[in-house]
Amino acid sequence: MGCNVDSIAEKLAEKQKEISIGEFFERNKHILGFDTLTKSLVTAVKEGVDNSLDACEEADILPDITVKIDEIAYQEYRVVIEDNGPGIVKRKIPDVFGKLLYGSRFHDIRQSRGQQGIGVSAVVMYGQLSTGRPTIVRSKIAEKEYAIEMEITMDTKRNEAEIVSEEVVLWEGKEHGTKFETTIKGLLRSGEHSVFEYLKNTAIVNPHARITFHCDGDTTVFKRATDQLPPPTVAVKPHIEGIELGTFVKMAKESDRRKLGSFLVNEFSRISYRTAREIASKADVDDDTNPSSLTLDECKRILKATSKVKIMAPETDCLSPIRSMLIKKGLKNVLKGYRPEFYSPPTTREPRVYSGNPFQVEVGLVYGGDLPSEGSVRVLRIANRVPLLYKKGGCATTTAIKNIDWRIYGLDQRGGSGMPSGPAIIMIHVASTRVPFTSEAKEAIADIPEVVDEIERGLRECARHLRTHLNREKRRKKISRKFRIVREILPMIAEKSADIVDRDVPPLETVMTKIMGVVYVEKSFDWENGVCRGILDINNYTPKEKELVIYIEKPYPETELLKSSIEPAFDGEYLKWDIESLSSSKGESIEFEFDGGLEKEDVGGLEVYVEGVKETSLIGAETLPDDWGVELAEIEKE
Amino acid sequence: MEKRYEEAMDNLARLATQIYEQLGGGEIPEMQVTTRSKSNIEFDQRAGVWKLGDSKTKRSAKKLSGARMILRSLYMMDFIKEMIEANKSSTLREMYYISEGWEKAKFNDQKESDRLAEDMEIITDCLREDFKLRPEEDGARVIGDITIEERTRKGDLRRINCRDDVGDSGYTIPYNVEEDKVNFTDIGVDFMIAIETGGMFDRLVENGFDETANALLVHLKGQPARSTRRFMKRLNEEEGLPLVVFTDGDPWSFRIFASISFGAINSAHLSEHLATPTAEYVGVTASDILNYDLPTDKLKKTDRTALEQELEDPRFNTRFWRDEIETMLEINKKAEQQALAKYGLDYVTDVYLPEKLGEIGVL
Repeated sequence: MGCNVDSIAEKLAEKQKEISIGEFFERNKHILGFDTLTKSLVTAVKEGVDNSLDACEEADILPDITVKIDEIAYQEYRVVIEDNGPGIVKRKIPDVFGKLLYGSRFHDIRQSRGQQGIGVSAVVMYGQLSTGRPTIVRSKIAEKEYAIEMEITMDTKRNEAEIVSEEVVLWEGKEHGTKFETTIKGLLRSGEHSVFEYLKNTAIVNPHARITFHCDGDTTVFKRATDQLPPPTVAVKPHIEGIELGTFVKMAKESDRRKLGSFLVNEFSRISYRTAREIASKADVDDDTNPSSLTLDECKRILKATSKVKIMAPETDCLSPIRSMLIKKGLKNVLKGYRPEFYSPPTTREPRVYSGNPFQVEVGLVYGGDLPSEGSVRVLRIANRVPLLYKKGGCATTTAIKNIDWRIYGLDQRGGSGMPSGPAIIMIHVASTRVPFTSEAKEAIADIPEVVDEIERGLRECARHLRTHLNREKRRKKISRKFRIVREILPMIAEKSADIVDRDVPPLETVMTKIMGVVYVEKSFDWENGVCRGILDINNYTPKEKELVIYIEKPYPETELLKSSIEPAFDGEYLKWDIESLSSSKGESIEFEFDGGLEKEDVGGLEVYVEGVKETSLIGAETLPDDWGVELAEIEKE
Repeated sequence: MEKRYEEAMDNLARLATQIYEQLGGGEIPEMQVTTRSKSNIEFDQRAGVWKLGDSKTKRSAKKLSGARMILRSLYMMDFIKEMIEANKSSTLREMYYISEGWEKAKFNDQKESDRLAEDMEIITDCLREDFKLRPEEDGARVIGDITIEERTRKGDLRRINCRDDVGDSGYTIPYNVEEDKVNFTDIGVDFMIAIETGGMFDRLVENGFDETANALLVHLKGQPARSTRRFMKRLNEEEGLPLVVFTDGDPWSFRIFASISFGAINSAHLSEHLATPTAEYVGVTASDILNYDLPTDKLKKTDRTALEQELEDPRFNTRFWRDEIETMLEINKKAEQQALAKYGLDYVTDVYLPEKLGEIGVL
């Protein structure tokens, strides 16, 4: 019997052999995002475009990318992606396109789209597997007069590229750039998981890129919203906070440094010798210890000690957030067709760290207009400027959204949990030197507590802006309804009832005041001979007499007040008037003149503040902000 | 001017004055209207009908919708005043079209203007006929041995026997059936049977049920018009004719019976005027579906909802109706009157109605 067992083991041993990385991915192509026909097409475009964007940015070139898709046979598509990047030198082309895990950025700690060097070579592999056709790569670098064109296939067993053919060609009108053409099995769909959606979202978060999409005879151009390239990112060392024990042990073992102190200072970011000594002493480890001889327990103590020592947050120049203004520009550029009523000021959070990796969260929110009000809000999930289209359910962004009770911010949400619904688009960008994806296909961000927490904070910031907007809107609507009552309906009621009972039309001021119940401020400006004249009309539509203080910002601190119909109580960086008594249903008008060749834009956004009325009974102006008093006291002292 | 119109004018003017004086006194104009809803109907023991309760809905010019309603009311008043003064009348639909020219006071659809006309009845305690407003639809048809005296357009009195002087489609009930227009001179029948569908009405006519059972056949045409209900009410009250109601077996038909017998919610202010509390329901009941093994349809979702609402409706809160409604929900089936044809064309007059009317004690 025992003899039998032995022989089985022997037989098994014969079969046990190493499989190459190429073969592994060949059999597990779903890991790389090639599991369904629709998705395969999106993945192919995505990998190509990501590569092109990274290449352009590294070379300081404003990206101009063309994507072309044609169905050449049933469920067989030719995908062509062309960029104006720096091009690839001839000897590197086979490796870049024909070898998995070959890349320039794998060992760098900095934010980039591609990281593992799998992306574009996986497309070549999938094309070859699904249609048997090679990929054609053409590339030209600025230094050469000609371009190189190669046909490439992949030997998955050896994880090597095979060059089918190679020739030198003239690429007219092209200074530099790369084009690759691959044929894959796929299915072209429209909707949430489409190539179009991916490119549209890419355009939103890469407002510096121009993307042209030819498909089925249609051409769509996503124009640039800015000529500003994102600042180049710098490679950094890992941050010690939250780094995993295993990683730390490995780094210690492999380190060339001979002392713990210098190991900490040189292989981690933001650690000075002073901090290193402090960590060592808190961990009760001699800072002269050779890192490679550290025991597991000592390593544990060191990591524990880092939380007790104040270490500066990681450098942020390894990250490339889009930044508030460009997020807004990008969203506006692509979504303007929906005429949204509100763009929440986008939020860029301070960088934080998970497991030693710096990351940064940005959130944008767009609301209303022609956005569909039925169904869940739409979410644009972005990781390192790359849109994520799949595995929404298992993504940290979704977890964070579901953690929030959106009802308090004005969106519908059944039971206060789950996805909110309403006419809104939420954009979430997670930038990191290492985005914690759930799989190699980079489809979803893992639920790392620090990451979820940051996203949640970002979302709440935007959501608060939305709430403020909606409240203001609600108040405006309510008042505009009241205006219609007093301006349109009430006079008609008075006239008709007077007509029926055959008497004079009664005066309506008192009733109007009772219906409105607000102080109404109207601000207008006009120009005469280069002088800007402002008028503030203040109407007391409340039943009570009011004592009011009116403030208006000046366009510029040096702007001078030429005259004012009522003597201002203060004239400095802003103007202030006291209206000691304004009876019910009475109005007051303040006329004033500014000098300094002001334009419409200078005065259009000037805020008017009013003291002496509750926020809820004030229209056309704001109540004085809480921090105003502080500022006021300081200025008046001077 | 006739007294009823004079009264209507006075009552309308009072309402306008109230609004005028509120405005003049610096008050936000408002008017109160008795709420017409399931929750505000009460059973009147004395009259035996369901009438409106005391709960009121306030329409205030503080709200845009309230302000609009007040304005519309004033325009409608003015319109009615003009009609009475010019001795004209109009249909509810005509008024709706005229209101198109009322600018901010115009209605979005005719339902709104019809409803407001009903509100006016409640507020002024008048009938819309007093306002010279009449509904679009003519009354339904009747066949049977009764003799009516009707005042014609020319002012003559004409006697009509509703069996002998009419064709197969019977006598048509006019929109005004008050004493100034219609009176009963001779009654040769023992009871009235109100029938929901035209098909069944014609079946009973063809089978000569009016003569064999000595009955007055009344065609309801679905939910009966006010004049039809008033006509039956007068025959019941003045001539002592019992009324039985024969409809399809579904939740909507139950509501037809309710409006005839208990009073409809929308016209609950007129229940005393329109409802016949002694009316009896013949069928088709849920029990009939089982007992007579009738061909059926499955209840739709809306049917079930309607039945469930009826269980909440105080008017249906009797043993008989609760049982029938619950049974219908349980078997999840409904049936048409004409399903009785399963057993032949004469079955309804030879077997079903004699059996059912016998149970009630009418035959």
